[in-house]
Amino acid sequence: MMNYIKLIALGLVTLFAMIAASYARDLAYQVHAIIVMLVSAGLFLWVLRRTDEPVPARVLEASYMDGVIRYGVIATAFWGVVGFLVGTYIAFQLAFPQLNFDWLHGYGNFGRLRPLHTSAVIFAFGGNALIATSFYVVQRTSAARLWGGNLAWFVFWGYNLFIILAATGYLFGATQSKEYAEPEWHTDIWLTIVWVAYLAVFVGTIVKRKEPHIYVANWFYLAFIITIAMLHIFNNLSIPVSIFGSKSVQVFSGVQDAMVQWWYGHNAVGFFLTAGFLGMMYYFVPKQAERPVFSYKLSIIHFWALIFLYIWAGPHHLHYTALPDWAATLGMVFSVVLWMPSWGGMINGLMTLSGAWDKLRTDPVIRMMVISLGFYGMSTFEGPMMSIRAVNSLSHYTDWTIGHVHSGALGWNGMITFGALYFLVPRLWNRERLYSLSMVSWHFWLATIGIILYAASMWVTGIMEGLMWREVDANGFLVNSFADTVSAKFPMYVVRALGGVMYLTGALIMCYNLWMTVKRSPAKQAAATSAAVAAE
Amino acid sequence: METYSFLRTFADSWMLLVLFLFFVAVILWVIRPGSNKKHRDIKNIPFRHEDKPAESRDDSEESKK
Repeated sequence: MMNYIKLIALGLVTLFAMIAASYARDLAYQVHAIIVMLVSAGLFLWVLRRTDEPVPARVLEASYMDGVIRYGVIATAFWGVVGFLVGTYIAFQLAFPQLNFDWLHGYGNFGRLRPLHTSAVIFAFGGNALIATSFYVVQRTSAARLWGGNLAWFVFWGYNLFIILAATGYLFGATQSKEYAEPEWHTDIWLTIVWVAYLAVFVGTIVKRKEPHIYVANWFYLAFIITIAMLHIFNNLSIPVSIFGSKSVQVFSGVQDAMVQWWYGHNAVGFFLTAGFLGMMYYFVPKQAERPVFSYKLSIIHFWALIFLYIWAGPHHLHYTALPDWAATLGMVFSVVLWMPSWGGMINGLMTLSGAWDKLRTDPVIRMMVISLGFYGMSTFEGPMMSIRAVNSLSHYTDWTIGHVHSGALGWNGMITFGALYFLVPRLWNRERLYSLSMVSWHFWLATIGIILYAASMWVTGIMEGLMWREVDANGFLVNSFADTVSAKFPMYVVRALGGVMYLTGALIMCYNLWMTVKRSPAKQAAATSAAVAAE
Repeated sequence: METYSFLRTFADSWMLLVLFLFFVAVILWVIRPGSNKKHRDIKNIPFRHEDKPAESRDDSEESKK
């Protein structure tokens, strides 16, 4: 019965996508309609061919649902490499503008590739990592199989379709010009549907848990899922000009729109890139260190303090704008206070290793997790400092901001994700160990030195251009033109791009290592676990 | 503008107080007597049920001992 409903729905979607493709008012929308048409027609055939197969028995409840997590791990590694590659390329475009080739004009120039890079690393790499690890962690800490059967597969494929739609949209020019929320209305609606399904799978699994308590990692994941749903809906309230076109008009305007955008923007950092990844930290660091988290009490206080404070910090993006001073001050004060729970969480993660510090010497995976916590501490110290109005007057609009974002994203989010991938792959593919630990060390050092080159060059160039912009001579005239600052930044831009090359190389080594782990590493001997995998 | 003034006043008085008291209550709840044993149990959750789900709720209660 369910299959008939699915077939009818997929048929209707295909038909509508065909109509939309021919009536499309712009190229991006037309490409999206064709993608949706192909996907839903393919799914129609796929469902049709399986209509009469019997539904698998309830035996499934005796095992975890790991197939979707394996796909999530592959998607994370793939999108990571794509995101780092595009990032490195646009870093070279900034240093050498000739790389904005004429034949790519309108599709492959910096303006089009930049949102592709940010969305690929934050939403494709980070998002797939969060979905895969949250499915892994919620099952293990609830001692229950994922709720909702194949809904988890819908979440995985639906989310990746969203990424494809968003990425093609940027290249073909569909954007609502909101940083980190560029996708247009039809892509936003699709993400909302996928996200509600994600929430249902996650909460459903927690509800049917066998453990009496909800482990702290799940609290962080849940806060991430719920808050992102709320932020996404409010920041994307817009009215489409036509149902057959990608252009839409925002409901809010002026300073209200700016405030909603940065309320969204900063909490995308706070809840997507912090709360969600802290969920990863609270599971994978104790597992890899083989000892429980340092203080469970601190983790609860960390959770409530972090979510209570982060939600207010957004206005610090709007110092010296039309936003009322009191609102900007509020955002600044909460950002500074936020320093405390951030460092509380960092200390909690680091101290989990107390009594096992020797593992740092022998285990490059735990080294990766520890340096990610180090970068978390560093960027959550730098952030509050930059949110102070006086500091912001120097740092705003300069490369310092870009350096700050990357020490957080490459250092904290990237490194903890790599650590989680190294932890997950041997377990998910039932392997005894990783293919090569020395390759993990190579990855670790390439990534670390890459980030240091990146952050250091951006500090230098950011502070330099901030000072050059404000420099006035004895008569009160500006000393430097904008182009002067651009040419002064050239050497730092080259160093930054080289840092990106090193980080990308590290990620490629990781992909090879993980691939060989699956292909070559000896299989785990335990009979019980291999039976469970066969049942998958 | 009336709604704005009302919400503004409400937000930085009563709502602020409620949120602050909630947070204080969370801290008091966390350090309540007898929480140590419970927290020691909870923080060991990741080290149980690595390979397959628990049979029933009772099963996991057993495995704690």
